[in-house]
Amino acid sequence: MTSPSPAAPATEPGTAPAELIGRSPGQLMRRRFRRDRAGVVSAFVVVFFFLVAVGAPLISMVYGKDPTTTYGLNETGLLNQFGYPVQPNGGISGRFWFGLEPTLGRDVLTQLAYGIRTSLLIAAAATALCVVTGVLVGVTAGYLGGRTDYFLGRFIDLLLAFPQQLSFVAFTPVVYALFVSPEKETPTYLRVLTLILVLWALGWMGLARLLRGQVLSLREREFVEAAKVTGASPWRIITRELLPNLWTPILVQSTLMLPTLVTAEAGLSFIGVGVVEPTPDWGRMFANGAKYYESDVTYIFFPGLAMIIFVVAFNLLGDSVRDAFDPRTRR
Amino acid sequence: MTDKVSLPAPRDGSPGEPLLVAEGLTKHFPIMGGFPVKRRIGAVQAVDGVDLTVRAGESFGLVGESGCGKSTTGRLLTRLLEPTAGRISYRGEDITRAGRRQLAPIRSEIQMIFQDPYSSLNPRQTVGKIVSGPMEINGINPAGGREARVRELLDVVGLNPEHYNRFPHEFSGGQRQRIGVARALALEPKVIIADEPVSALDVSIQAQVVNLLGRLRREMGIAFLFIAHDLAVVRHFSQRVAVMYLGKIVEVGTREDIYGRPRHPYTHALLSAVPETHDADGTRRVGAPPGGSRGRIRLAGDVPSPVMPPSGCRFRTRCWKAQARCATEEPPLTRADGNTEGHLSACHFPEPPTVARNTEVILDPALRAAEDADGAGG
Repeated sequence: MTSPSPAAPATEPGTAPAELIGRSPGQLMRRRFRRDRAGVVSAFVVVFFFLVAVGAPLISMVYGKDPTTTYGLNETGLLNQFGYPVQPNGGISGRFWFGLEPTLGRDVLTQLAYGIRTSLLIAAAATALCVVTGVLVGVTAGYLGGRTDYFLGRFIDLLLAFPQQLSFVAFTPVVYALFVSPEKETPTYLRVLTLILVLWALGWMGLARLLRGQVLSLREREFVEAAKVTGASPWRIITRELLPNLWTPILVQSTLMLPTLVTAEAGLSFIGVGVVEPTPDWGRMFANGAKYYESDVTYIFFPGLAMIIFVVAFNLLGDSVRDAFDPRTRR
Repeated sequence: MTDKVSLPAPRDGSPGEPLLVAEGLTKHFPIMGGFPVKRRIGAVQAVDGVDLTVRAGESFGLVGESGCGKSTTGRLLTRLLEPTAGRISYRGEDITRAGRRQLAPIRSEIQMIFQDPYSSLNPRQTVGKIVSGPMEINGINPAGGREARVRELLDVVGLNPEHYNRFPHEFSGGQRQRIGVARALALEPKVIIADEPVSALDVSIQAQVVNLLGRLRREMGIAFLFIAHDLAVVRHFSQRVAVMYLGKIVEVGTREDIYGRPRHPYTHALLSAVPETHDADGTRRVGAPPGGSRGRIRLAGDVPSPVMPPSGCRFRTRCWKAQARCATEEPPLTRADGNTEGHLSACHFPEPPTVARNTEVILDPALRAAEDADGAGG
């Protein structure tokens, strides 16, 4: 393309001059994403999981069971004398689609749906907090630079030095104790809040680091200088000039962060410092499943399969989002 | 394409009135080092005591090699960088230390065009947003609305006003630079600091953009500080020219003075590096001095480091006329004997005021040996 000459205005042949509306980078990204079949499929899978989480009560209503009723104890003939389902394959039947939980005899399908709900709620809230903190700290450090950047950077280093899983395990009871005295029962909402806080406190640094670097390179670009020459305030430069260029890393990082936090939360519940009975939880289903898998492998099968599908789909989605944003990526 | 559109009336202010004045402008970038406590161990003396005046309606060219402090000077004048020392005044008002709010009324009058058309436009904003941004920031509401004004500006710079909703990545380098010009024009400035506005463009596009800037200068009366390393472009565009070397202005004068009667050896060396071109019939030489063949001057070595510039005259390490005095005494920027008024040069031993040269000056020993061998062999 060359500069337009008076003889030939730069309109592409075939486009009506009245409709010269350019495609924004965002629109181009959406077009590229729609062409990526793996990305679209995994997006549907991810949306499906969120629908299950949100619609868990609805599923429970339509399906006619709830996650807390101990069907196996209330009715005879469902569990045998050792507490295992009488019917083969973990008690899968037309009534209990995913089978029954050993010992207590609760319904696995509703347990799983409600468990996904708990885990996704915690992970999504922690992700949102992490992204907000990461953006704030990263952009501040990158834009202000100098001493601010130095101290924020050392603080990030300090937090990154904590071994994450170990710190989660160690700190979660400490935070519980901050809210409620150890003798009393911790309310469920406080447990959820604590998990969110712990995941947040050690989860935001990666994004902050990344964004700091991005801002460092962006703020030297000439369009930032151009904005300064016209008298733009730092706030305007950050919100109008820098942030629109940061959506790509923010979006990619948060789609990759969410499944990590889901597994981290499941890990905590598996160990026993997460959400406790009777609140259904995805991670705790693994813990229970691990107890019974020698005798009843079906019980761990559905939560495990669901988790694998979810994490794989979400990671594929993150990759596709990144590819869609950056057409130069070759895999 | 643009003759139908009425350009805004020329700005007030009589031509020739000093608009933007720099006195003793200095910028030293500190070099930090040491462990564990960082401290200042030196400074890059990017700009060291530059005096210049941009007058209303004129184009003032600033030329020099890469790294001589041209762009830093431009950024100091727009207050993108804080000067270490010196004074900048705009229409007599001292703006050297003015803060963002104090600068606000003047901001609209001093605008800038950037070198790299690829990084000077925000890739996430439409052309309309880019060009209307300055108006939004300064709360300017032109009659007929901002969008109409942006379309008008796009037309002025030779772009299709229908490109309002397009994004920078859909344009070529030349078109992008035109968008940059439209953005600078949005505030109706009196001075535009053009930092190598065409050096990133194709040669064929360079002429178009330079002509556009020239038209804006004539028709809208905008003064330009035109920073470039291309002597031919500056000759075409600027009435007054300053030559910079290692953070200092070594010679300043009218276009005719600098290109026809240069006095400083460095200016001579620069001019002798401009390639001579001939017309098809071989009669007229473009870029050649009137009358006589032109000997070339080839400097040896690199520009010295601005961290530790040479004592006295900064050019002495590469000058074929350097003497003991040049190392001890810094030559002031003064009017040498035989110069016209306003033609200043900073040299103890100025060259004769002509660009015609019979002898070649080759300072590089390796190059001289090679040429001698060539001459002996051929």
